[in-house]
Amino acid sequence: MKEFQYKNPTRATWAEDYSFLNNDLDNSKLEGDKNKKSNLKVTDLNLYIHQHHILKNVSLEIPDNKITCIIGPSGCGKSTLLKTFNRLIDDTEGIRYDGSIWVDDVDIFDKKTEITDIRKKMGLLSQRPCPLPMSIYDNITFGCKLHGIRNKKRLAEIVEEQLKAVGLWEEVKDRLHAPASKLSIGQQQRLCLARGLAVEPEFILADEATSALDPISSKHIEELFVELKKDYAIILVTHTLRQALRIADHVIFMYLGKVIEAGPADEIFNNPKEELTRKYLEGAFS
Amino acid sequence: MNRILKNKIAAGMMFSLTLASISLVVLIGMGLYLKSAPIFKEHSLWELISSADWQPSSGKFGFLPFIGGTLWITGIAVILALPVALLTSIFLSEHSKPYVKKWIFPALDILAGIPSVVYGVWGILLVVPWVSEVLAPHFVEYATGYSTLSGGIVLGVMILPLLISLFVEIFAAVPRDLRDAALSLGATRWQTSKLVILRKTLPGLLAAVMLAISRAFGETIAVLMVCGNIPLLPHSLFDSCYPLPALIANNYGEMLSVPMYESALMLAAFFLFIVVLIFNTSSRAVIYKLERKFQ
Amino acid sequence: MRLKFIEERIAKILMSLASLLVILFVVSILYTILKRGMPALNWDMATKIPEGGYYNGGGGGVLNAIMGSLFIVLGSTILGLLISIPVVFYMNVYLSKTSKLAYISRLAFDVMFGIPSIVYGAFAFSIMIYLGMRTSLGGGILVITLLVIPIFIRSMDEVAQHLPKDLLDASYSLGATKLETIKVVLLQIAPGIATATLLSVGRAIGDAAGVMFTAGFTDSIPTSLSAPAATLPLSVFFQLSSPSASVQDRAYASALILTIIVLIISVLGRLVTTYFSKNKI
Repeated sequence: MKEFQYKNPTRATWAEDYSFLNNDLDNSKLEGDKNKKSNLKVTDLNLYIHQHHILKNVSLEIPDNKITCIIGPSGCGKSTLLKTFNRLIDDTEGIRYDGSIWVDDVDIFDKKTEITDIRKKMGLLSQRPCPLPMSIYDNITFGCKLHGIRNKKRLAEIVEEQLKAVGLWEEVKDRLHAPASKLSIGQQQRLCLARGLAVEPEFILADEATSALDPISSKHIEELFVELKKDYAIILVTHTLRQALRIADHVIFMYLGKVIEAGPADEIFNNPKEELTRKYLEGAFS
Repeated sequence: MNRILKNKIAAGMMFSLTLASISLVVLIGMGLYLKSAPIFKEHSLWELISSADWQPSSGKFGFLPFIGGTLWITGIAVILALPVALLTSIFLSEHSKPYVKKWIFPALDILAGIPSVVYGVWGILLVVPWVSEVLAPHFVEYATGYSTLSGGIVLGVMILPLLISLFVEIFAAVPRDLRDAALSLGATRWQTSKLVILRKTLPGLLAAVMLAISRAFGETIAVLMVCGNIPLLPHSLFDSCYPLPALIANNYGEMLSVPMYESALMLAAFFLFIVVLIFNTSSRAVIYKLERKFQ
Repeated sequence: MRLKFIEERIAKILMSLASLLVILFVVSILYTILKRGMPALNWDMATKIPEGGYYNGGGGGVLNAIMGSLFIVLGSTILGLLISIPVVFYMNVYLSKTSKLAYISRLAFDVMFGIPSIVYGAFAFSIMIYLGMRTSLGGGILVITLLVIPIFIRSMDEVAQHLPKDLLDASYSLGATKLETIKVVLLQIAPGIATATLLSVGRAIGDAAGVMFTAGFTDSIPTSLSAPAATLPLSVFFQLSSPSASVQDRAYASALILTIIVLIISVLGRLVTTYFSKNKI
């Protein structure tokens, strides 16, 4: 299992302190403890809902061990793209798609691909935290049990590890069997993150995961993302440019269903190649 | 892979279970029709529903008294229950303070939960004597009280909780803005209810009434206990009557010895089935449409 | 200008009266049953089966009917849950919101909900004759199951239709199959299941027309599914048709027992519903 260092959020200057975001993690050293690189590649993806052409010829690649932010005005298809990665989009009425998405060199649209295996590789953090209707403990073990971990002692270890990883352990260790719905909304979101991590994913998909949270909880989640990227590829859909500025390593800008520009954060933010990107960053439209 | 297979098998099983439960409706309809078909070989449908002559042992099956009895009782029940239900539900959803709801909702729950046989006992102990001793002497010389009116009253109280809960649900679906708009134009609360809410929800209310009617049609035991059960078309509210469900309940056990009797009783059940089918589907259609409109 | 305030006044009075009337009905029914049932109610009524000559004023009680009713309610509730939970789960998780099959099923269950129990009873009885079966506990359970399935499905479906999409997505994104998501769905709609059970138990225990031909009547407690079973509503009904006043009094006492059972179930149900709501999101 992965080891995480946990920063105490209660220290006095925490709320003001963004220093952790700057340079305390050197990407080049962070090959992580995984031998295999996680790999997500989209080629020529077109997606339609009824008559609407939602995603147009999307091709992109998600780098491992980085935070990739997908930005763009609302309605540009960024959330749809994210939900296509783990095919949660399948249940939508009138959905059609072509092209392919490769996860670790497996085409997820292939009929032979078992979608639950793909989904296991992708932890999802949705806009509003959505704990399962059970206790804190059961929330985390739910996924593990599905994937065959039955040993009670092992499960208890996982719960402790993951709750520590998201900095929730100290807050809830005395009431692990209380309903998850009793937690505050910020705690719930961290619980959801821990729940996702417990099934040992390779990617973390976050769909505006901080937009429903208060500023303190938001920062907490952002901090976690920065810590977690040494082990995961994190894909973050966001409509707050400032959040992207703070934590993105890699940026994908989408507009009207197309990928306009993609590249390292520095390049996109400081020196965009496309006129549209520049305008968006300047706040000409949102 | 095992899990995936399990999922697929379960899906198949649940699909068949769903299909089987749906086909039950068709099955019951067909079964009732097939069972009642023999009687049509000897009598036409018109003859059966227009004749008032009910003498099974001599092969005479006139359903008119029973159909008439059912219609009478249901009509009385709806006429009595509708104003009470309407006023109460407007009160509950538009005017009342929380403490009123705290009293009326549990009362409605109890009313809805009381078994029909208990309604019947209440009818015999209270309604029947009241009709016979208090009400009837004003109008007729002698009445036992086991009458169409008693049946209607008992049935009316029985459909009250159903009507009120449907009405309250419909009123709750009306958007807040509509109310606020009317109130801000200077309408009183009652005017708002009368002119905006009632008018806006009229189709839904009608649908709810139809649902209640179809429930009233089939009510058996309570009505049977208080309506007298004489197979004659009632001439006044104080005459006894004999509704269709009571006919089935009272005679089903003994029908085997008389030819065509079973077929006739199955026809009675088939009538009830058809009425429920038509009323339910059409009122549901209205309610679905209304729900979509407000969403 | 004055007129509309007078109208408001009158309307308000009428509405209060109507609501009062509703409460009055409840009080009147409960009071009547209590007043007439109490004198004949004694411990024997609830703990003994009818002795010889019971229906002419002999000793004993209606334990046979109480037990019969409980068996039928228990059997039909279990069967009903086993059938309706998969159906509701299938309609709401496997089928999409706009699916034709889901629409037709909902319509079909609405119709089934409306079919009077006497029709179910008559239908089942003619099938039983056809199969050569005698009136029995099993037959009664089957008919009441038919009666409660639409109640179960409709009231659970009501809750299940509002399942948050995010919740299902959360489960899927952990790699759960739709089937494995059933645990999440069940926990989320648990209060709905409790309410549905409460409603159908109430309907099942009070139904007389459905069991009249199918469960039969007997003075002993049924020992097997093929033995006939008495039920409380029918017991009230039969005792009431006796000419003897003392037997009629016992009918009122039996009606009181039935009412008490129904009220207890409703109070218990409320507690259980609150309990099951604790995990709900």
